[in-house]
Amino acid sequence: MKYLLLIYRSEAAISAATTEQTGQMMAAYGAYTEAMKKAGVMLGGERLQPTATATTVRVAKGKTEVLNGPYAETKEQLGGFYMIDAPDLDAALSWAARCPGASHGTIEVRPIWAM
Amino acid sequence: MSREEGDPARAAAEAVARRSYGKLVAFLAARTRDVAAAEDALSEAFAAALTDWPASGVPRTPEAWLLTVARRKLIDAARRRQTGESATEHLLLMAELAADEDGETQIPDERLALMFACAHPAIDPGIRAPLILQTILGFDAAVIASAFLVSPSTMGQRLVRAKGKIRQAGIPLRVPERADLRERLGAVLEAIYAAFAEGWSDPAGTEARRRNLAEEGIWLGRLVASLLPDEPEALGLVALMLHAEARRGARRNAHGEYVPLAAQDPALWDARLIEEAEALLFRASSMGATGRYQLEAALQSAHVVRRVTGRADWAAIEKIYDALLALTGSPVVAINRAVALAETRGPAAGLAALDALADDARLAEYQPYWAARAGLLAAAGDVESADRAYEQAIGLESDPAVRRFLQQGRMKLRARSGDPAGRA
Repeated sequence: MKYLLLIYRSEAAISAATTEQTGQMMAAYGAYTEAMKKAGVMLGGERLQPTATATTVRVAKGKTEVLNGPYAETKEQLGGFYMIDAPDLDAALSWAARCPGASHGTIEVRPIWAM
Repeated sequence: MSREEGDPARAAAEAVARRSYGKLVAFLAARTRDVAAAEDALSEAFAAALTDWPASGVPRTPEAWLLTVARRKLIDAARRRQTGESATEHLLLMAELAADEDGETQIPDERLALMFACAHPAIDPGIRAPLILQTILGFDAAVIASAFLVSPSTMGQRLVRAKGKIRQAGIPLRVPERADLRERLGAVLEAIYAAFAEGWSDPAGTEARRRNLAEEGIWLGRLVASLLPDEPEALGLVALMLHAEARRGARRNAHGEYVPLAAQDPALWDARLIEEAEALLFRASSMGATGRYQLEAALQSAHVVRRVTGRADWAAIEKIYDALLALTGSPVVAINRAVALAETRGPAAGLAALDALADDARLAEYQPYWAARAGLLAAAGDVESADRAYEQAIGLESDPAVRRFLQQGRMKLRARSGDPAGRA
């Protein structure tokens, strides 16, 4: 089954991190990504620009509304994602637990709607 | 005439249903993760049996017959679906289900795997026990709803949603790996204990459905213990439930009045259940991994030793509550520990322990806290404070029999204070 791992972290904490901490974090993500590739579970994944760069769009009554900012203001913000292929939820959860972001923030695991 | 012919077939179908419902659901669902579809296919198979068996006789292996029909229904249902996901699922099903359709092979018991799926951390804790009751025992939503005091439609929706999650989120029907087993087993045992407790909370035994739930809880506990015989907490839970069940009849007197454990007549306890519980607890304790259920069963054991020695082993009870408190940090445990302290070291020690809990805001509305306080204050001779604590406890109690018991305690206290001579 395919799952999306959504990585939520406090952007404030990320920008407050020292260069050394940031370097460690990047290295940890590098190793994690490699491990998922080696295991053959990784389908894709990206890091996102901070929510300050977000723009929200919706069309109501034929009128397009464009708003500055993310969909919802939250304590932790969506900062990136991985798409993986795992045999079941337990396997997906164990990959989510290994994600460096899981020790600093929260990973939401969502099954992909199979068409 | 047809009725006489039909009855043995109906009885045979119902006997098979009771005995093997969960086993068949688990077997079918383990291959598809679709618990609802497995239940539907199985109920169709049971309906087919009720029309077929009266005419052609009960098959030699009714369980295998039902499984074969349910498999065909499942495959039909998968075929009817159009999506890509179902097409793959369908192919897998065809392969898996066709593989051993000779009907003679032993059906593997995968009920434990199904229970682990029902009590998976991804499932809302409140629905785990109802889900196990439905999938393993075949209880319908209305019966479960009445036992858990929610509306049937709410219970039905929550069960459907939970089964949907098992399928859609890909929750595996599998006994977890060693590393996760203990923790996950905790959730399974908790769900079973919740089912038992719902049944046990009907002390008068007048609500047949609830009473049934306590028996089914014990049955589920025995099932888990038989499938995981080396897990001491599984044995501990069965021991705990058997101890509680052994005293069911002693909790009310002939007039329906509440009788607290300390005042119960040991002759009314079920000695056979107590002995079985003690044997299980002994076996569990030899495995060297203690836990909540073993400790709670040991508490029961220290209470019922009274049937032999004439007095509960309060020193042991105090020690066990120390261990339970360290393990759970539960304020409820702390209250009981205070009552034990009053027995071993006097009411002042018990009251001091209760005072230490007074900051916990949750206790302000917790009846057992006020009842314990009232009892200890009365024992310490502080009549006025005891009276106020009784009033709180009475106001917070919902069971009329317990309320009457507390009111009697309060009346005795007042009678005693009104007549100083009677105090001696």
